[in-house]
Amino acid sequence: MIEQSSLWSDAWRRLLANKAAVAGGLLLIILIFLAIFAPWIAPHSYAYQNLELGAQPPSEEFFLGTDTLGRDLFSRILYGARVSLLVGFVATGVALIIGVSWGIVAGYFGGRIDSIMMRIVDVLYGLPFIIFIILLMVIFGRNIWLLFAAIGAVEWLTMARIVRGQVLTIKNQEYVLAAKAMGVTNFHMFRKHIFPNILGPIAVYATLTIPQVMLLEAFLSFLGLGIQPPMSSWGTLIRYGVESMEEYSWLLIYPGLTFTITLFALNFFGDGLRDALDPKMSSD
Amino acid sequence: MLQIIFKRIAIAIPVILVVASLTFFLVRMAPGGPFDAEKVVPAQVMKNLNAVYNLDAPLIIQYRDYMFNLIQGDFGPSFRYPGRSVTEMIFTGLPVTLELAFYAIIVAMIIGSLSGITAAVKRNTMFDYIPMSIAMLGICMPTFLLGPLLVLLFGINLEVLPVSGWGSLVGDKILPSITLGAAYAAYIARLSRGGMLETLSQDYIRTARAKGLPEYKVIVKHALQGGLVPVVAFLGPAIAGLIGGSFVVETIFQIPGLGRFYVEAAFNRDYTMILGTTIFFSTLIIIFNLLSDITVLLMNPRARNE
Repeated sequence: MIEQSSLWSDAWRRLLANKAAVAGGLLLIILIFLAIFAPWIAPHSYAYQNLELGAQPPSEEFFLGTDTLGRDLFSRILYGARVSLLVGFVATGVALIIGVSWGIVAGYFGGRIDSIMMRIVDVLYGLPFIIFIILLMVIFGRNIWLLFAAIGAVEWLTMARIVRGQVLTIKNQEYVLAAKAMGVTNFHMFRKHIFPNILGPIAVYATLTIPQVMLLEAFLSFLGLGIQPPMSSWGTLIRYGVESMEEYSWLLIYPGLTFTITLFALNFFGDGLRDALDPKMSSD
Repeated sequence: MLQIIFKRIAIAIPVILVVASLTFFLVRMAPGGPFDAEKVVPAQVMKNLNAVYNLDAPLIIQYRDYMFNLIQGDFGPSFRYPGRSVTEMIFTGLPVTLELAFYAIIVAMIIGSLSGITAAVKRNTMFDYIPMSIAMLGICMPTFLLGPLLVLLFGINLEVLPVSGWGSLVGDKILPSITLGAAYAAYIARLSRGGMLETLSQDYIRTARAKGLPEYKVIVKHALQGGLVPVVAFLGPAIAGLIGGSFVVETIFQIPGLGRFYVEAAFNRDYTMILGTTIFFSTLIIIFNLLSDITVLLMNPRARNE
């Protein structure tokens, strides 16, 4: 009796065999858990200021020390995780929705529609988006939802190209032609035949987009154009850390370390997922 | 071949125009006029100011005039610094930013391609694993974190390098260049490793080895050209990243370059300066994307003969 293995169970097995990816994945799960339950886990309030206390180095009571306003750094990093991860996931979600629908429509209908849609993507690709995001944040104020939308609007382009390429190959497979011959509606075709088959590359690209989005958010927050106080993301924590690093180096080092480790975990997990889902795709 | 190049240029020109127009209208949509200060200005002064800066004309006329001046290289006056033009400020800051970007690219190219090529040639050895792990770190460690950490280590703790400035103290260009170049070194290392691995498995490389060529000649004369194509393709888009990085690096190290002017303009709401620099940066990025596309085409013999 030969055991059957589907694409997904195969991929799952390969993913589990990749130690770096598993470690990255576990770390992410822990982090998401910590972020969600931050109000219950955080030992202190993230906003409570104790000016008399001032900046304290790590101690028993304050695990990672306190900032110049006497706020517990560990609690602030936990709450920062909520903002940073939220930006990462929501903006990637926005990019996914736009990119996948764009790519599917362009690839599936082909012809003139395809060439017009892909020319638009080409032109947008040439635009310097980083500067545009800064411009938007300056003009319309530093609004977190605008930040999501702006970052999402940048990242969908590559997604659209990847999805279109996949759809083009799937479209000419026999099972799709057979379904078409049977008179299946376009909507049913997307849902039942095309979408499940492009899920792999989409999942891979989405995982690799999240760290880029988080970097972009932290970059803007570092320049003072992203998340505004009293909310704090890891980017803003790093910004404050830099301001006071000469005397209180822990204010820079711990948020920076958390951020770097998270990006590491996401990248390793994404690379592992790519190798697992499509062994041919992995070039480096 | 020439046709493809002309087609790319033909796309780039309208893109630049669209960017300029889009930026113009976006900035005009911004709430508040450029002269809204805490101090209340008499209505007549306001009217005169608006007249001087051509703000009393209908929007479409302002747009026409702006675009017309733009084509002649005139970005208009700065709203915040009376008497200085945006063009003048761009040309004050640009040489500094270009110099910084140039050093960063040199750092990135040398470290990145050398370690990438070595990693590919000595695949699955220490020469592969160690540089590639450091490259991964370089990708995950953002510029705005690496810069301050380097300052903390070399500037404050070891006191061997200046913590800020540009061209006023010995060695003050080292840390900014490394900070800006590090992430690109990491990307280039990964790209050149990937490109070299693919090229080294090609038939013509096997032929070259079968001829009995020494290994270094195989690599230098045959493999490099194909293996470095992904690196060249990356350099165009990297310019966009370098400009973004220069905002951060120039802010951290207090370098009087265009990037810092831009961030300052963003904070001061100096709209003409934002408008001018945005258009300038955008054009720069579009041109470099175009150049790298063309170089990639020239490096690929199959596309060359079409």
